[in-house]
Order: sequence, then structure tokens, then C-alpha cells
Amino acid sequence: MIKVVNLHKKFGNLHVLKGINLKLKKSEVLVIIGPSGSGKSTFLRCLNLLEETTSGEIFIEGIEITKPGVNINKIRQKVGIVFQSFNLFPHLTALGNVSLAPKKVLKMSKKNATDLGKKMLGKVGLSDKIDSFPAQLSGGQKQRVAIARALAMNPDIMLFDEVTSALDPELIKGVLDIMKSLALGGMTMIVVTHEMGFAREAGDRMIFMDDGIIMEENTLEEMFKNPQNPRTKEFLEAIL
Amino acid sequence: MENLQKLIRYYFNYSVMKDALPFLLKGAVLTIKFSVIAEFFGVIFGLILAIMKISKIKVFKYPSIAYIEFFRGTPLLMQIMFAYYALPYIGINLSGFFAGLLALSLNSAAYIAEIFRAGIESIERGQIEASRSLGMNFFKTMRYIVLPQAFRRVTPPLTNDFIILLKDSSLLSVIAVVELLRAAKEIATWKVNPSTYTAAAFIYLLITLPLSQLVHYLERRYKIVD
Ligand SMILES: Nc1ncnc2c1ncn2[C@@H]1O[C@H](COP(=O)(O)OP(=O)(O)OP(=O)(O)O)[C@@H](O)[C@H]1O
Ligand SMILES: [Mg+2]
Repeated sequence: MIKVVNLHKKFGNLHVLKGINLKLKKSEVLVIIGPSGSGKSTFLRCLNLLEETTSGEIFIEGIEITKPGVNINKIRQKVGIVFQSFNLFPHLTALGNVSLAPKKVLKMSKKNATDLGKKMLGKVGLSDKIDSFPAQLSGGQKQRVAIARALAMNPDIMLFDEVTSALDPELIKGVLDIMKSLALGGMTMIVVTHEMGFAREAGDRMIFMDDGIIMEENTLEEMFKNPQNPRTKEFLEAIL
Repeated sequence: MENLQKLIRYYFNYSVMKDALPFLLKGAVLTIKFSVIAEFFGVIFGLILAIMKISKIKVFKYPSIAYIEFFRGTPLLMQIMFAYYALPYIGINLSGFFAGLLALSLNSAAYIAEIFRAGIESIERGQIEASRSLGMNFFKTMRYIVLPQAFRRVTPPLTNDFIILLKDSSLLSVIAVVELLRAAKEIATWKVNPSTYTAAAFIYLLITLPLSQLVHYLERRYKIVD
């Protein structure tokens, strides 16, 4: 489903990703952990071409998305991303946020897009908030709208970049529960998170990223039980 | 004492003002007409210039920068005179009305472009990324995400710009357009009494005051929403 071959990314002289190799099967949930600045966000952003890659290849469903001249907008429809900072559109209601892209990109009729939007907001437990503006929602609710917005495009893969780290502790669970049910429903997911409870329950595999490379990759159980790399061990001890 | 009486006679002469009022109001209507039309074209053209300036494509970006710098860096009075007196030599004969409108529109487009550019650039990068990540292309992102938010932020500075435009339209008096200032001048000459200027100043103030109040109101309101 996803194949990443020797991916490099530089910002000027700053070498952020130094040869990432990765394979992900359909319905797999991959958890990424790693210290701040190790390149986790940059990696996710490369996967839906928010960052231009420096070298290497990324294949999604057999299509090389890093080839020059690909239709970026087509690829992005298939790869949903949710950010730490929500990035809801403040001038649109929750329903407006969710139904805009289906209308304008998938060319759905207004009615179909509205129905879809309501369905997606229902899925994240916000049926009573469809007409609220982002400013009227709590952080947890905002993040759930953001998830619904990405899901409305019916993506093949969902990327989550520390989506709960800006939330108050009591709001985190609601968001994680939605992600868990997505994972159970068979969504292919890559999740950057330090929520180890969630990782254990929903994750199939885990990678530890450090300084732009994948230091260690394993099943969650193995990773927790006996990490091979001393850096992994150190990091896990610090966050557990 | 004698000086004070003279001041009142020449600058605050009630009967002169009253007689001139209908003519002055006609001038005021023309002033408003000019300003509204010039602002309208200025907004359309200014928006195009702003998007050109923001774009990374050089053939759009640099002409836009040159345009903006030229019209902001040279006196409006000269632009007006050029449009009226010089354009006929290349076969463009415009009446005072249209020459004035042309100069005023082109000039305000440059200022409005900068207002729009600042407004567009004030939209957080995350907004654009969220939109692009949903598969919306550059133009859809501009149309549905960036511009609606930017418009809201630029209404106060745009209204400010409109106030300046209203006052600057008085420069059209040099090319025989009988807008408010010119109307005041003609009667002042005829009556040999410049009180009409005072009356005109009051009329300018009457038009601009509600607008500047509107700016304050909008600024307060958007502060609460943001
Ligand atoms: N647009 C950019 N321009 C220049 N440098 C950047 C840019 N984006 C990220 N970087 C740099 O790339 C490195 C990796 O950043 P990245 O955001 O991917 O780290 P991260 O692993 O997600 O960290 P965190 O856990 O703090 O979110 C950092 O040193 C960062 O400063
Ligand atoms: Mg990050």
C-alpha cells in the first residue's frame, strides 16, 4: 500500500530525513515515536507532498507520487492528514469545514456533500455541533471536526501528527477513541504520538525515529519489552 | 477685533455658505461618485495585482511590483495631469471625468494591492496547508479559504483607504472636474469670498466621519471574533 525507498529531505543545508525506508500494508497502523526535531512531522508531510522531497521514492497504491508531473491534488485526496494545531477554517461552520472539499474537489452536489458532512460529524460524535463555528468548539471538538473533514474525502490512508498534544488531558480520550475505532474499521494509518496506551491498543507496528533515520522498527510488544537500540530504550523509559 | 471680524466675514460667512450650498452639494455628489467608482475598480485591479505579487511566477510578480512602486512613488497630481494633458498625444482623448477616474482608479489599485497582499499574507500557513491537503488546488484554496478570511481582515484598512481617496479626489479640481473642491473654488471666485471652502471642508468631514466611525466599529468587532 505504501512503500518508501531511501527518502531524503533537506531544508537548505539542514538534512532532516536521511534515507527512510518503509513498507506498510493495507489496514496496518504504524506508530511513530521519536524526540523533537527528529523529522517525524517532515516525514508525514512528505507523504502527502506538503513538503517537496529531495530524493528517494514514495509509492502509494503502486503509484509513484514523487515522480515529477504527478497530479498532486489527486494524491492528496487519497491521503488524509490531521495536524496538531487543528487548522479548521474559522469562517466556516463545522459542517462547512467538512463538506467544502467534497463539494469543490469531488464535485458532489450540495445535498450529497451536506449529507456526507452530517454523517462524518455523526461518526465523530458531533451531530449536535454541525452549525457551530470553530471558535465555539473546545479543542477536542475541533480536532474531531478536523478528523471528520479528512475522512469526508474517503482517503486510503490517514496521517495523524501529534493530534492530541495540544489538548487538555480530559479531552484526549475522545479523540483517541475515534482513532481507535478507525483503526479497528480497517483504515491504514500512520500515527505520530506519544500516547503509549493508544499505541499499544491500536498499533500494529512501531518505529523509533532519531535524527532523520529509522533507528528501530518492530511490533509494539517487542519494542516495549526489549528494545534493541540503547537510544530507543532511553527514549521509551523517558516517556513511559 | 477687526481681524476677527474679517476672519468671520471671509471664512465663516453664513449667507455666502447658504447660497452656495446647492452647488456645493452637487460637487459633493460628484466627489462621492468618483470615489466609489475608483474604489470599485481599485479593488478589482488591486486584488489581481496582489495575487500577482504574491505568486512565485516572475512574469506576474515583477510587473506587479513595478506597477505598485510607480503609482505609489509618484504624485497623484502628476498622474492626473498626465492622464488629462498627455494621453491625447497618443490618441487617447478623455474628458476630465474619465481622465480623472482613470488616474484615481489606477492609483488606488496600487495602494489597495498592498492592503490585500498584507491581508492574504496574514492568513496562517496552516490554513493553506489544511486546504491543500484536502486536494484543493491553489485557486480553490484562494477562493474558498484565503480570500474570505482576508477580506474580513482588510475591510478596516480598505475603508481607511477610501477616506483618503475621497479627500484625494479633490485633486481632480485641476483638470476642470467640478467636484466638491472645485465647486467651492468657483463660487469663491465669483462671490469674492472664500467661505465656500469652509463649507466644503465641513461637507468632507460629514462624509468621512461616519466612515472612520465604521472603521473603529469593524476593528473592535474583528478583535472580538479573532
Ligand atoms: N519548513 C522548514 N524549513 C526549515 N527547517 C525546517 C522546516 N520544517 C522543519 N524544519 C526542521 O526540520 C527538523 C525536523 O522537524 P520536524 O518538525 O519534522 O520534527 P518533529 O520530529 O516533528 O519534531 P516535534 O516532535 O517537535 O514535532 C527540525 O530541525 C526543524 O527545525
Ligand atoms: Mg512534529
